[in-house]
Amino acid sequence: MRVVLALPALLLLVVAAGCDILTPDAPLESTVLDGTIEGMTASQVRQHFAGDEEFGRVFSVAEGLGPIFIAASCEQCHAGDGKGHPVFNLQRFGRLLPSTGFDPMVEFGGPQLQHRAIPGYPPEAIPAGATGLASLTPPAVTGLGFLDAVEDQTLIDMADPCDLDDDRISGRLQLLDPTPVIDEAIALERLGSPNPLARGTLVDGRYIGRFGKKGLTVNLLHQTVGAYHQDMGITSDLIAEDLFNPAAGSRAADDVADPEVTSAAVANVVFYLKTLRVPPRRNGDDPLVQEGEIIFRQTGCASCHVPTLVTGASEIEVLDRKEFHPYTDLLLHDMGPELDDGYTEGAVAETSEWRTAPLWGLGLAADFQGGEMFLLHDGRARSIEEAVEYHGGEASGSRGAFLALTPNQRAAIMAFLESL
Amino acid sequence: MTVRGRHPVREGSRRSLSAPTTLLLLTLVAFPRVAVGQADTTMAQDGLYDRPFIGSLSSTSIGGYVEGNTNYFVEDGVSDGFSMELRRFNIFLFSQVSQRVRFLSELEFEHGTEEIALETALIDFQIRPSLVLRGGIVLPPIGYLNQNHDSPQWDFVDRPLVTTDIIPSTLSEVGFGAYGKFALNDLVLSYDAYLTNGLGDGVVGNEVGRTNIPSGKGEELFGEDNNGSPAVSGRVGLRRPGTGEVGLSYYGGYYNSFRLEGEDVDERRWLGITAVDVGVSIGRADLRAELAYATIDVPAGLRELFGQEQWGGYLDVLLPVWRPRFLGYADAVVTAGLRLERVDYNMGAFTSTDGSIGDDVTAVVPGVSFRPTPGTVFRANYRYHWMTDLQGNDPARLAGFQLGFATYF
Repeated sequence: MRVVLALPALLLLVVAAGCDILTPDAPLESTVLDGTIEGMTASQVRQHFAGDEEFGRVFSVAEGLGPIFIAASCEQCHAGDGKGHPVFNLQRFGRLLPSTGFDPMVEFGGPQLQHRAIPGYPPEAIPAGATGLASLTPPAVTGLGFLDAVEDQTLIDMADPCDLDDDRISGRLQLLDPTPVIDEAIALERLGSPNPLARGTLVDGRYIGRFGKKGLTVNLLHQTVGAYHQDMGITSDLIAEDLFNPAAGSRAADDVADPEVTSAAVANVVFYLKTLRVPPRRNGDDPLVQEGEIIFRQTGCASCHVPTLVTGASEIEVLDRKEFHPYTDLLLHDMGPELDDGYTEGAVAETSEWRTAPLWGLGLAADFQGGEMFLLHDGRARSIEEAVEYHGGEASGSRGAFLALTPNQRAAIMAFLESL
Repeated sequence: MTVRGRHPVREGSRRSLSAPTTLLLLTLVAFPRVAVGQADTTMAQDGLYDRPFIGSLSSTSIGGYVEGNTNYFVEDGVSDGFSMELRRFNIFLFSQVSQRVRFLSELEFEHGTEEIALETALIDFQIRPSLVLRGGIVLPPIGYLNQNHDSPQWDFVDRPLVTTDIIPSTLSEVGFGAYGKFALNDLVLSYDAYLTNGLGDGVVGNEVGRTNIPSGKGEELFGEDNNGSPAVSGRVGLRRPGTGEVGLSYYGGYYNSFRLEGEDVDERRWLGITAVDVGVSIGRADLRAELAYATIDVPAGLRELFGQEQWGGYLDVLLPVWRPRFLGYADAVVTAGLRLERVDYNMGAFTSTDGSIGDDVTAVVPGVSFRPTPGTVFRANYRYHWMTDLQGNDPARLAGFQLGFATYF
């Protein structure tokens, strides 16, 4: 009986002591993607978590979700800030016209399909006549602030559209025609920037695109308001009209006053994305991993998956002129016919061209995709090896080199890729 | 003259009576009980106090219960620290209106005045024990807890997840029906059957981002059905006194607003919940379990994200371990308990990958309770639960301690 008496008392003591013994520990930092960049100020941390909360906010019908949409929150597509599951793949479509080139079929609800709808509204369907259809898996969102802070000139310097160095790799800038939304997104991001002209550079009268599978957005603000609009049907100050849905006609709008998300909420989400830490490396000191990185460079993979970039001047100190290792050049590359979906976007990208995907976080991808890997732009590759095997076009040489590796070399390069 | 002998008519208003008025007065004299309700001429400002319960307190009772808790939880190493709450303050009002008519209401204040709800307001008209008619804001008889949800009755701080998330207790709806019980040798057979306004569009049009049956509840449904098609609910229970009871229940109805101005504007979407509940005593131990399975007709545009099938269940095992005699309490008891529970909010597999859809919670809750009297309970729980997201990623882990009390008054 004394034991029985002691049990509640023990429970009380445990609670009073804030016991850590019976509560779950935090996962190892090397196994998760979320978290702030080290060195942020208290006010920056506060804004980061305000953005984190908005990132997880599930929009209801009463708050403006839809009427057509793909997900009800940012976090649904980017669970744990990692790569998304194919259930949240975006479908984009269009058609190739002989006279004018690629047509995103805006009058038919293009280029993005919103196949989900709030009750009482019809979802969209792929229209007849679409000749190109791309399925796009949500990317991880960690480390985006570093990519966002890279100056335009860095991308211009890396681009080699005519392959002047004769390495058979011809990275191209994605270029976007100016629109009021892009103009505004660039103008707002320039506010407070220590070097405002380092971003929003016009090349042949067009802006440089850097986010998205084909580089469709110019910065994280543009990306964020676009995702609110296209993925959730949420209007903002920058995009204040509901999505057009040809199946609904004049009923395309919902009953909620626009904008459906405040500018403060958008700003907090953008700040959250900017200040998510870079994906953690694991086993970087392992000799096998180090050997694998050497092989990675020798096979030419690093020509597109550029290991190191440097940010420009940033008003956020922890992003200001920092070296980081994303394994991307943010440029477009021809990936060959197997990855040519007949779909494109932006002013210059061909249907077979894709922006180099950052490889950081690759080793953790499955942990956020339901325990299985869904790689490449549409998740078709179920392993890293399979993803490499799909590489064609400019990457054909690297793929051949990868396939010619001895088993030991293959093990080393795999160890390296899984350490990212 | 006066109609009920209480309000003298001033001299100046005296006048002869017309034939119809005379007939009416004769009727009132002949059927005085009808007159009380139908032709009361109480002055308007006296109406507040011209109610039968005033002056007859013996037929009306007031009571209720209060529940407060302290919570300390950690999710994957992150905690916001201790938090205290006054979770519920509920007031009951009961009146034995007449020999066969009784009234009961329950007004709930959750978290202070954050949420105020009239959970119950019903009248029973007993024809015989096997047939009692009931109407008002009733508790549809789905599962066990919904009709037996008072906090002091339970030895765990939280209600089982299946009883809040699949069966959306406390589910109270406007409607009517009947209940009763029969004796069958040494068994008692009970039944409940109701028609109610049912749930609303919030089942899928909610801020949770999944099929969430509790979001289908709405205060506006106390005033008007959203689709003009009532929900049906019923439970059949079989009880052996001294052993326990088993119940089988069902709740079903169209939840969406499929009709506007008499025209159908959407498909009719049915929601059905089937539940089995068991409560038995085995030796010194009491076992209680509920299992519920829900099917929801989800619009095609929401499927996969919003589950079309959900299930959940729990098992509570309670073992009295000590009956202390102190401070004058003769019936005090300390009980050790263990709860196991699981809820799956989205059964099935993804069409895109064939992989199993996650979105589930599994929990283990050991606890201890102390009841100085049957109507008062002090509870200490340790809770550990695993939450899997839609994609089926490794579960987030949440654990913590809860201390609380609940008492009738």
